[in-house]
Amino acid sequence: MAVNMLAFVDRSSPIHRLSGATKFLCFIMWSLAGMLTYDTRVLLFMLVASLIIFTVSKIKVKEVSFVLLFIFLFLLLNDIAIFIFSPLEGVKIYGTKHVLFHIAGQYDVTVEQLFYELNITLKYFSIIPAALLFIKTTNPSEFASSLNRIGVSYRVAFAVAIALRYIPDIQRDFQTIAHAQQARGIDMSRKETIFKRAKNALAIVLPLIFSSLERIETISNVMDLRGFGKHKKRTWYSARPFKKSDYIALITVVALFTVSMLVTFYDGSRFYNPFV
Amino acid sequence: MKKPIIAFNDFSFKYRSQQEPTLYNIDLTIYEGEKVLIVGPSGSGKSTLAHCMNGLIPFSYKGEITGSLQMMGKETKDQSIFQLSKMVGTVLQDPDGQFIGLTVGEDIAFALENDCIPQDEMTGRVTAVSNMVGMNDYLHSSLHQLSGGQKQRVALAGVMVDNVNILLFDEPLANLDPATGKEAIALIDRIQKETNTTVVIVEHRLEDVLYRDVDRIIVMNKGRIVSDLHPDELLATNVLEECGIREPLYLKAIKYSGSAITPDMLPSHIESVNLDNCKDNLLHWLEKKDGLSEPKYKAEPVLQLESISFHYDSGKEILKDISFTIHKGEMVSIVGANGAGKSTLTKVICGFEAPTRGKLYYNGKDMTNDTIKERSLKIGLVMQNPNQMISKTFVYDEVAFGLVIRGVPEAEIRERVEETLKICGLYPFRNWPISALSFGQKKRVTIASILVLQPEVIILDEPTAGQDFRHYKEIMEFLVELNERGVTILMITHDMHLMLEYTPRAIVIANGRKLADKSAADVLTDRNIIREANLKETSLLDLAERLQLPEPGEFVRHFIHVDKGGNGIGSKYVSVR
Repeated sequence: MAVNMLAFVDRSSPIHRLSGATKFLCFIMWSLAGMLTYDTRVLLFMLVASLIIFTVSKIKVKEVSFVLLFIFLFLLLNDIAIFIFSPLEGVKIYGTKHVLFHIAGQYDVTVEQLFYELNITLKYFSIIPAALLFIKTTNPSEFASSLNRIGVSYRVAFAVAIALRYIPDIQRDFQTIAHAQQARGIDMSRKETIFKRAKNALAIVLPLIFSSLERIETISNVMDLRGFGKHKKRTWYSARPFKKSDYIALITVVALFTVSMLVTFYDGSRFYNPFV
Repeated sequence: MKKPIIAFNDFSFKYRSQQEPTLYNIDLTIYEGEKVLIVGPSGSGKSTLAHCMNGLIPFSYKGEITGSLQMMGKETKDQSIFQLSKMVGTVLQDPDGQFIGLTVGEDIAFALENDCIPQDEMTGRVTAVSNMVGMNDYLHSSLHQLSGGQKQRVALAGVMVDNVNILLFDEPLANLDPATGKEAIALIDRIQKETNTTVVIVEHRLEDVLYRDVDRIIVMNKGRIVSDLHPDELLATNVLEECGIREPLYLKAIKYSGSAITPDMLPSHIESVNLDNCKDNLLHWLEKKDGLSEPKYKAEPVLQLESISFHYDSGKEILKDISFTIHKGEMVSIVGANGAGKSTLTKVICGFEAPTRGKLYYNGKDMTNDTIKERSLKIGLVMQNPNQMISKTFVYDEVAFGLVIRGVPEAEIRERVEETLKICGLYPFRNWPISALSFGQKKRVTIASILVLQPEVIILDEPTAGQDFRHYKEIMEFLVELNERGVTILMITHDMHLMLEYTPRAIVIANGRKLADKSAADVLTDRNIIREANLKETSLLDLAERLQLPEPGEFVRHFIHVDKGGNGIGSKYVSVR
């Protein structure tokens, strides 16, 4: 079932063994690098590297295929929208204009525009595996404990952990509710128009909110009854000490981040220009 | 001299959002090491009383307190919820909602974490306490993989780890299958004896709790304590009947046969109750039975399953070769242990999952390949939790919703909705916001929203879960009325009484197979089926065996007949439509 789509799955891999905070910091730096740079060489390197790490982590593509598909769809829409609203952005950036063919009006398909949009797509591609990796390999509770260790208040850390932990529960609720509503004749299949399906989805969202609120009331009572928030500090059952591998991972990612920034900004522009 | 551990003294409580107090002048003392059961219908204040003990009142639910409540000699108002949580450990009824950790070990450790216990000491204490409840092999398991009974053990361990003095159980049986519920009661009993803690159980399933001894039963009604007696004494009174709490069935049978219950009969357990004085009456009563015959169905079949098997892409078969036929106008129970495949079976019938093998017929036509929407016109599904179905703010809109999306003309919608609301006794509430309704009324709204689509078959998942006896009767009598109007009703249930009293026929599912398909009375008098399907024998069977009756099934059927025949309690609680 798709219930574990976006949830932690415990496996034995070097990535799983890293502490949650390490993975979090690495993920932040990785995303930052991906966001800042438009340098094709850096992006390509990041893409290859993240795919390798993804393989090492023993996550199966099948487990995330639904999310991936979803992201790809939006990425495609994004690319098309960029072309519609700003068909000559690439020309502006790279300063040359190699027209491949003309469509209509101001819509020329240029090599520059295609290259620009390729870079945008690469940016997503280099960050998405890292994001999935983080969600799928990080034990929420251990993550909370390591966030707490690096100075985040334990209440905030715990809130993050419990949000992550409830993703599968909410997914399960969603499934049950979707079933119940479909059994009343609400069609969510492709036989309905997109507009109607969106309207019908509302019939699922409302009960989902109510059942989530119910869940929240129970859980906050339980936390009170079991003494959460009693002291200024708390200990963690699933805490793990920082190990050598954590330091190695952090140092490597910091180094990569620095190098990528140097390569990106070396010539005073965030863009790698193959056209001059 | 016994030492008081919980002492209510002229204690009253009014929730801030309510006009009237929920508890009135409570005087109650519970002594160290006692095991006390609190019973009462919904709205009697029994949960509120429990909340006062564990500190949710007044610290999470605000309101006005008068009088005094001392826990271990300290006034609760002057404490914090944290101090109280050191004395009282609470196990809630919802086995899924009350977990905080991801794994068993982590969840048990939660209270220790909050107490800043160092990690190594924590591991030791978690292991020790998980040993006590028999969950030490599961410390690294994910909570979702556990069965209902195991989840409850974890919840219990999670509060015991704090070395609390009082264990408070809030409806511990509500979500367990009958056999697991029995185990839970035995576990509570063992833990109490081993640790000598004080145990307070809030539960309305009296007979199931009495599987093991309790010292006292407190009966609550309308915010007051109406009785505080030893079980044997209480069972000899009429208090339970007056408050709408179900008495143990074996005692009801004795009463029907014309004998009185007295405390010196030791009526609290079926094994120990002294039958010397009522045996003759019982045997005589049984002789009066009229020629009861098994109900026969000459009606045509409406729903047929033909060797249905199902498994998810990967993994073992969840349903194996299940076949049965449901006839028009039948009312059938589907019973079995948690995880036996009952809900998967509904999913297959409603079309959420396609069977890997086998065929489904509706009115003789193959519907195996029909979509969910097409099936929804024929078969309606009512979920256990009404909050999972309600998607509109007002009663009328909610019931009309299914018709609106089908594009039914407005005049017809109005007519059909209003008629359905009248049938369901909801017409006066048609313009009410659903949030203002009680749980039972919400349940009716969800049934109405399915009924309005005019399906021939309705499947209900645990229609009476979490309902007290009065609401249970109300819902069930309503379903019987629908059934009499020709709607075929299938019910998935853990409630053995329900199955026995309302559904002539029961289909038993165990490990994905159909184990039995016969009359409910025969199922519940067959010890092999009971054991294999995690059911619980009715105490009527025990009674019949103690009377050495050759055909216990007959005795059970006679009881049900009398119970429904109007000379029993059955008629007194006919719904308030």
